[in-house]
Amino acid sequence: MSLWRDIQGTLQPFWVTLRNMMRKPVTRQYPEEKTVPSFRYRGRLVLTRDPQGEERCVACHMCSAACPVDCISMQAAEAEDGRRYAAWFRINFARCIFCGLCTEACPTLAIQMTTDYEFAKRDPLHFVYEKDDLLIHDGGKDLHYDFYRHAGIGVANPRGKNADEYGPVDPRSLLP
Amino acid sequence: MMDMLLTLALILVKLLLIFGVVLTLAAYLVLAERKILGRLQLRHGPNRVGPFGLLQPLADVIKLLTKEDTIPAGADRPIFLLAPGLTAITALLAFAVVPFSPPITLFGRTVPMVVCDLNIGVLYFLGLSSLAVYGVALGGWASNSKYALLGSIRGLAQLISYELSMGLAIVPVVLATRSFSLTDIVMAQANIPFALVHPLAFLIFFISMLAESKRVPFDLPEAEAELVAGFHTEYSGMRFGLFFVGEYINLIILSAMITVLFLGGWHGPLLPPLVWFVGKVLFICFIFIWIRGSLPRLRYDQLMHFGWKVLVPLALLNVLVTGAVLLWLGV
Repeated sequence: MSLWRDIQGTLQPFWVTLRNMMRKPVTRQYPEEKTVPSFRYRGRLVLTRDPQGEERCVACHMCSAACPVDCISMQAAEAEDGRRYAAWFRINFARCIFCGLCTEACPTLAIQMTTDYEFAKRDPLHFVYEKDDLLIHDGGKDLHYDFYRHAGIGVANPRGKNADEYGPVDPRSLLP
Repeated sequence: MMDMLLTLALILVKLLLIFGVVLTLAAYLVLAERKILGRLQLRHGPNRVGPFGLLQPLADVIKLLTKEDTIPAGADRPIFLLAPGLTAITALLAFAVVPFSPPITLFGRTVPMVVCDLNIGVLYFLGLSSLAVYGVALGGWASNSKYALLGSIRGLAQLISYELSMGLAIVPVVLATRSFSLTDIVMAQANIPFALVHPLAFLIFFISMLAESKRVPFDLPEAEAELVAGFHTEYSGMRFGLFFVGEYINLIILSAMITVLFLGGWHGPLLPPLVWFVGKVLFICFIFIWIRGSLPRLRYDQLMHFGWKVLVPLALLNVLVTGAVLLWLGV
């Protein structure tokens, strides 16, 4: 009975579309109704601070080395107490592909991704973010992590005095 | 003399009214189609311009008017420029014979609520609907583009396959009414609409109308997926707009014809006749939009097979049976 099947096949779509018409549209009205991205969404990058309010970045260049599009650049400098920091830190978001490799490479959790996706501008030059634009005032996703208090090099505490750290060992005393 | 002037003035007023109403309706039909199609597909449709997107037609017109009007190199210039007008004008002309309300009495004289009550109204409509395809054919041919040409060839192939069954489907109605005048046809449906008396003729006519309107499932001349935009691929600006508006005016006139020929025109209980007429026309328009949202496009050999091997024999049989029954009843 192919004719019967043809007639069925012609009439069924009408029922489907009519049923859809009675339902609420699934469209999200974007500018008014914003999407809340998941916690791990890869949006705009920021530089975070440790619980003391100091910059976490130690200017190790790991992020700029990991960056596949070379959009991160910085100049390393050292403070009086031996703490390293970035003299200047620059991310060109016009080149950034938001892959998140820099955040994975960062040993101090300094560079982190945010959920900010409304990030369009008219002028590509406005996408070049300097350190002042990137720095935020807290620890971002991990508020308590403090690099210098875990693996300090005599900046926050003298060597070996951090919470989960052993003191330096005299290598000669380890000899058999 | 005074009498003639008054008649002339009345015709002019009716003309202007119909022009205004039809053009506005066509513009808002575009919006309605986009809205309803959106809802059928779980979207909202246009809702940014004005409340509920009600000013969208205005924005569309401004956009179309300010766009560049390009003419492709190697195009047949005069024909290319004329073709869109042909589509729109033939569609508009057909409204002259559509009766939308019973005659009313105004200043002691009966005014028929139709621009011109031709005694061959049905033939006039059939003639204009065949002329309308010239816009498609010439526009596609003059564009000097293979997609446009393919579209217009399909338009012509489509025309010869549905035109015959469309004409034959009207015959039972004319047989029953014994008149070609659309007003008489509506009058004859005072008790029962012809769709119930001649259901097969109604079905065949409706399918032919779908093909005539060049819409899904028979939108072969346009076929976005295969032919870019078919016969109006090369058109831009207000010339494209004319094609577009012509298509929607055509949609209204076809709905009006279905209403007049098969759904009893202005006849209906309780509400005033004009409301019934407009309501029926808009309902048919909704069905057309619903069909667009539900069915896929046929191949054009399928349409030709369907037209020649199914619709025409069925329509002929229907004419034969109807004629025999009417003869037997001695009407």
